[in-house]
Amino acid sequence: MAEIVIDLDKCNGCGMCSRSCPYQAIEMEDKKARWLEDRCTLCGACLESCKFEALTGQMPVRPVPDFSAYRDVWVFVEQTNGIVHRSGLELLGCARTLADDLDQQVVAVVFGDKVSQHATDLIHYGADRCVVVEDPSLAYYQTCSYTHALAVIVERNQPAILLIAATHLGRDLAPRLARRMGLGLTADCTRLSIDPEERILLQTRPAFGGNIMATIVTRFSRPQTATVRPGIMKALEPDPSRTGRIDAEHLDMAECREFTKVLECVMQEEKGIKLPSAKIIVAGGRPVCSERGMSILSEFAEAVGGQVACTRVVVEEGYLPPEHQVGQTGQTVRPEVYFACGISGAIQHKAGMDGSRYIVAINKDPDAPIFGIADFAIVGDLFEVLPALTREVSGQ
Amino acid sequence: MNIVVLVKQVPNTSEVRIDPKSGNLIREGVESIMNPEDRHALEAALQVKDRSDARITSLSMGPPQAIDVICEALAMGVDRGILLSDKLFAGADTWATSTALGRAIQRIGDYDLILAGRQAVDGDTAQIGPQVAEFLGIPQLTYVQSLEVREGLVVAERVIEEACERIEAPMPVLVTVLASLNEPRYPTVNGILDATADWSEIEVWNAYDIGAKAPDLGLSGSLTQVIRTFTPKEARDTQYLEGAPASVASQLVERLRQKEIRLGE
Repeated sequence: MAEIVIDLDKCNGCGMCSRSCPYQAIEMEDKKARWLEDRCTLCGACLESCKFEALTGQMPVRPVPDFSAYRDVWVFVEQTNGIVHRSGLELLGCARTLADDLDQQVVAVVFGDKVSQHATDLIHYGADRCVVVEDPSLAYYQTCSYTHALAVIVERNQPAILLIAATHLGRDLAPRLARRMGLGLTADCTRLSIDPEERILLQTRPAFGGNIMATIVTRFSRPQTATVRPGIMKALEPDPSRTGRIDAEHLDMAECREFTKVLECVMQEEKGIKLPSAKIIVAGGRPVCSERGMSILSEFAEAVGGQVACTRVVVEEGYLPPEHQVGQTGQTVRPEVYFACGISGAIQHKAGMDGSRYIVAINKDPDAPIFGIADFAIVGDLFEVLPALTREVSGQ
Repeated sequence: MNIVVLVKQVPNTSEVRIDPKSGNLIREGVESIMNPEDRHALEAALQVKDRSDARITSLSMGPPQAIDVICEALAMGVDRGILLSDKLFAGADTWATSTALGRAIQRIGDYDLILAGRQAVDGDTAQIGPQVAEFLGIPQLTYVQSLEVREGLVVAERVIEEACERIEAPMPVLVTVLASLNEPRYPTVNGILDATADWSEIEVWNAYDIGAKAPDLGLSGSLTQVIRTFTPKEARDTQYLEGAPASVASQLVERLRQKEIRLGE
């Protein structure tokens, strides 16, 4: 137990330590300092204040525990209505690289009522082993049931790393699990790698609205747990020749009290637009906020077989519905080609599209930041350039 | 009914700029605001109070100047404000933050409903709500776009991937809300006068007040550590295409074709 020791021979009763303590945990009594343990928060301020070295403290040190028993990179694969979410396959691709660097295995874990038929697919997508937990109470996601089940599975298997997609489900589940198991948790990572010396997971994520990137490590708990932004990592091409072990694990779900009751679940209407899977995206910024602007943009999109997208201002001005918005507060996309038309390239927008394979930027302003991340830069008026491109592509 | 609303003071991230020479974040001159989604959480609490007998406490953790968001909450109509402020809280990750907030809520005691914004715009983690709920051992409802408070329970609409679910939870419960939930009210002149009066119920609590020790708090109580920050690098070899629109168009189509990208096929 950490404590503050006062050498009464050295203490001359000056009272500096008492005044330096933010918590009134040192009192002066008969011209000597006295430590009040129950008030002390072990902040160490008094140690620095004493000029006579009368105070010594054994401040708690944080030893890094021995985690050598924790092995393998686990991926929690999300499913809804028996359909595996794309993000799970992306995570398997990412986990494959991490596990190869560690010389360990990739393990996929999937929960549901009848989900074992997915196990082979998950192995084809990069898992060495698939853990299937089937229980009627896991058919539909609910916070407490899933937290209980995942906590039991993690406790039993002791993974070194646990990855969960940063979907609404994942961001509801992961913090609950982390708090229950005493795990450090990094949210919404966009890059993961293994530190070659320490062999720990380097978790990189945007902060301050994408203005800076932070790399975060988890030295004091296992598994190292992170949620990962969907649409950033690349799924592997499925390899039907891959084989692996499939384990069904059983749990006692009666141990878990589910507080909530789902009354109904309404699938949102098909919006007819799936930006994250689009191969070509034609996105417009403020200059397209007019009827003419929109028609030039959509004619070009039609000519190239692309989906129309936009920046936040276009949604705010009412020219396109929110599901077309790309960026920090919209969708993250990584098409083969992204046409940024009249988009200045604010950091919030770039956060949603800078993973595109090729970026074509068209802007009147030669200093627009978008040109900094473009493969092909066209300094010009989109009202001239886009119609010319439409004509070129449709061979007129 | 007793309601606790978690609020956070954040830099206005839409004003944050990067120093092009050093690559550092320029924080000077960036205004501090109440996290936008937290205003919607406050509004949800105030709407409950408009209709029934409720007492609302707003709770924040931050440096001394974060008292501003507590005052703003009081000016909107909240009854009591508590700021957790102590240098021991500095550098906390979401584990250590949820410990401090959870302990403070336990000290407030007798809570029925805890409300918070979905996430804060500086960290964007969305972890504090669920972690506080787990600390307290109560249910959580996240991504809530509609909320109905009944006797002893809440019924909420949660936005989930490609769907929306209607879900019921018993109180006490923690709810994190989306901006689409409501339109937050503005502070009134009387509210501002009340909030800044000497008799306004604003308290500042430190680590000792919530019975917490340094090893559980701040950086030393955190399970994750930031080891590096950097500005996103922009490494693409940009080719500028020049000429009349028709010429630029044919150059682009040709260059993309060389990359095996065929448009409109």
